[in-house]
Amino acid sequence: MAGSGTAQLRAGEDILLRAEHLVVGFGKGQRRIQAVSDVSFDVAAGETLGVVGESGCGKSTTGRAVALVHPPDAGSVRFAGIELTSLGARELRQARTKVQMVFQDPISSLNPRRRVLDSVMEPLAIWGVGTSDERRAKACATLESVGINPTDAGGRRPIEFSGGQCQRISIARALMLEPTLLICDEPVSALDVSVQAQILNLLDDLKRDHGLTMVFIAHDLAVVKNVSDRVAVMYLGKLCEVAPPDTLYRHPAHPYTAALLASIPEPDPSAAGDGSAPLSGELPSPSNPPSGCRFRTRCPHAQDRCAQEEPQMRALGPEHFVACHFPLSQPAGAVAATPMADSSPGGGRRTTAPPSPRASL
Amino acid sequence: MIRKQRRTSHLAFPDAAELKEPLLDVQDLYTAFHTARGLVRANDGISFTLDRGRTLGIVGESGSGKTVLTRSIMGLLPNINLERSGSVRFAGHELMSLTPDQLRDVWGTQMAVIFQDPMTALNPVVRVDRQLTESLRIRLGLDRGAAHETAVTLLTSVGIPAPEQRMRNYPHELSGGMRQRVMIAIALACGPKLVLADEPTTGLDVTLQAQILDLLATLQRERSMGMILVTHDLGVVANRADDIAVMYAGRIVEQAPTKELFSHTRMPYTEALLRSIPRLTDASHTRLRAIPGRPPDLAALPPGCPFAPRCPYVQDRCRAEEPPSRTAGAGHLFSCWFPVGSTEGDGALARNVAAGVPAAIAFTGTAAAAAVTTTAAPAPVPPGGAPTGGDA
Repeated sequence: MAGSGTAQLRAGEDILLRAEHLVVGFGKGQRRIQAVSDVSFDVAAGETLGVVGESGCGKSTTGRAVALVHPPDAGSVRFAGIELTSLGARELRQARTKVQMVFQDPISSLNPRRRVLDSVMEPLAIWGVGTSDERRAKACATLESVGINPTDAGGRRPIEFSGGQCQRISIARALMLEPTLLICDEPVSALDVSVQAQILNLLDDLKRDHGLTMVFIAHDLAVVKNVSDRVAVMYLGKLCEVAPPDTLYRHPAHPYTAALLASIPEPDPSAAGDGSAPLSGELPSPSNPPSGCRFRTRCPHAQDRCAQEEPQMRALGPEHFVACHFPLSQPAGAVAATPMADSSPGGGRRTTAPPSPRASL
Repeated sequence: MIRKQRRTSHLAFPDAAELKEPLLDVQDLYTAFHTARGLVRANDGISFTLDRGRTLGIVGESGSGKTVLTRSIMGLLPNINLERSGSVRFAGHELMSLTPDQLRDVWGTQMAVIFQDPMTALNPVVRVDRQLTESLRIRLGLDRGAAHETAVTLLTSVGIPAPEQRMRNYPHELSGGMRQRVMIAIALACGPKLVLADEPTTGLDVTLQAQILDLLATLQRERSMGMILVTHDLGVVANRADDIAVMYAGRIVEQAPTKELFSHTRMPYTEALLRSIPRLTDASHTRLRAIPGRPPDLAALPPGCPFAPRCPYVQDRCRAEEPPSRTAGAGHLFSCWFPVGSTEGDGALARNVAAGVPAAIAFTGTAAAAAVTTTAAPAPVPPGGAPTGGDA
């Protein structure tokens, strides 16, 4: 998997965010590890990009690097035509008002000592937007739009609210500066199933009403499928596969994607094929990643070549990209159980990343 | 502090295979706590039975009382500000009447629990070795060498590579999946007949979750243990439990064999829960049928049915009278006045949709009337609605 390469990037004017060859590391000197190594993706305006992977795969780090919360070691982040990595501190702060984040733990992402309305007004106060009354009016309107009654709730503190309500308040706060890009880092994984559905529906509504573009990071593939227009699967700091959700879930090409899908417990006892766990072992340490394809140590189809050569992103279909030497066969449609019968569906274009047919979309 | 010599057993337990009655028989269990906010009824009239070799899934949202239920069955709750009544019969003994000292003969050797969060359940300053061998030495009276050998075998059986090395590790040196495997090994060390797994995979990745659940199923089969699998995820129990009990506000609101529960759902809460889960089989951008509102406060339950304020089928009767437990076929119990799939239920839902009850509209996805529901939800978009392309 370990896919590097940029075949999945699209040309076109409506690309709001483009991250290329993103590398993010933690630690010092010899012990520095790469949490994200050479990841490239783009998000078109109005689109939702879902990022999935196991914990430790670098999906949250990617989200933070895009907003330059954690500046990348290398690579470029172009947002609305501006190269964010080259900006100075002042300009970056200004540019970042259009990129907002919603975090995983709704309760700890709000200041427990502050009243809800003050927290929500804060972004405007920082930027000196409007008068105090105007800010208050706008905060009330935004709270209203996320389903929180401002007259009732505005004067209370986060501890008085449930997780779902706190997440609504966090979302309201993120919307105050009218961002164009919203980065949601596991926004529903701390919530109960019944509340999770409310928040997902809310995000969908807000996206439509505010013309938002979203990067939605989550470990739950069913949730990601529900909200995304395009899904990127990550493993150990690399991209494995990028595709529209319906394609990805029906015909996963990367063995890792197939394994992830097969691991999901379906809430339906008649859903067949709940075989044994398709993946054994655990995520290798990013301080000493496997050579070649990073997934090869757990991949049921790994060959010698996978250890020697890192697969590059290449196109399988118009919007379907995979970084694997031996992708699962596509037309047959059979998913996890497909044996590696035909390991060379790509025919000639195997050795290097093909000149991708830069698909129109 | 740890007594290394074997404790003499006070209670005799028959071999599970010869047991005439169910392995576990819980009748009308009531558990409540006195708090500053008033009496919190965490379990209110819980009844079920479990045979050896069977798995009961207990499903509920946070705050539904499912964790308290496992603690209450085991008698692990602190005796302060606690009200507890009913009957818990385990392998021929009434656990409610046992003294704490007698209960210690039950814990570990007869009945064990796998806790949710292995990082906090394991002692961070004690090596895996001692945490595993402690109960072997005290309960089974093994000597140091035998206990060590057994522990290594246990670690191997739960799928931990290089168990000898792992024995010398502290919990923080293990990954989350490893820790959960150690928790399972500790719970199974003394060969219990009943295992209570309290959210054993919450917080683990899907791939690890599948591994751990498969491991539990294998071990359970090998040892023909009874298992109670507590979870908030219906997906986890759908393929792994023989029976499922759905909890809401401290009660079991529906209970049935797994297939029956999914194919002939009677309780509106179960139905709503199933519908609110995003499915892989649905196209992306399928609008979710969210349950409006949130679970009730257990200290201030509404009169009547606790689900009434969120229920799409709700009628006046539901708000006034608490529904009794009713049966629908073998082993299928539910508590509802207007059950799903009945003429009363269909009529109630139709009346609510016509009257514009928000819960009913959100549930049926009636687009025309949905604008009235909440401030948060303007008219829902048809599935696959086009994303707005406008660059702001």
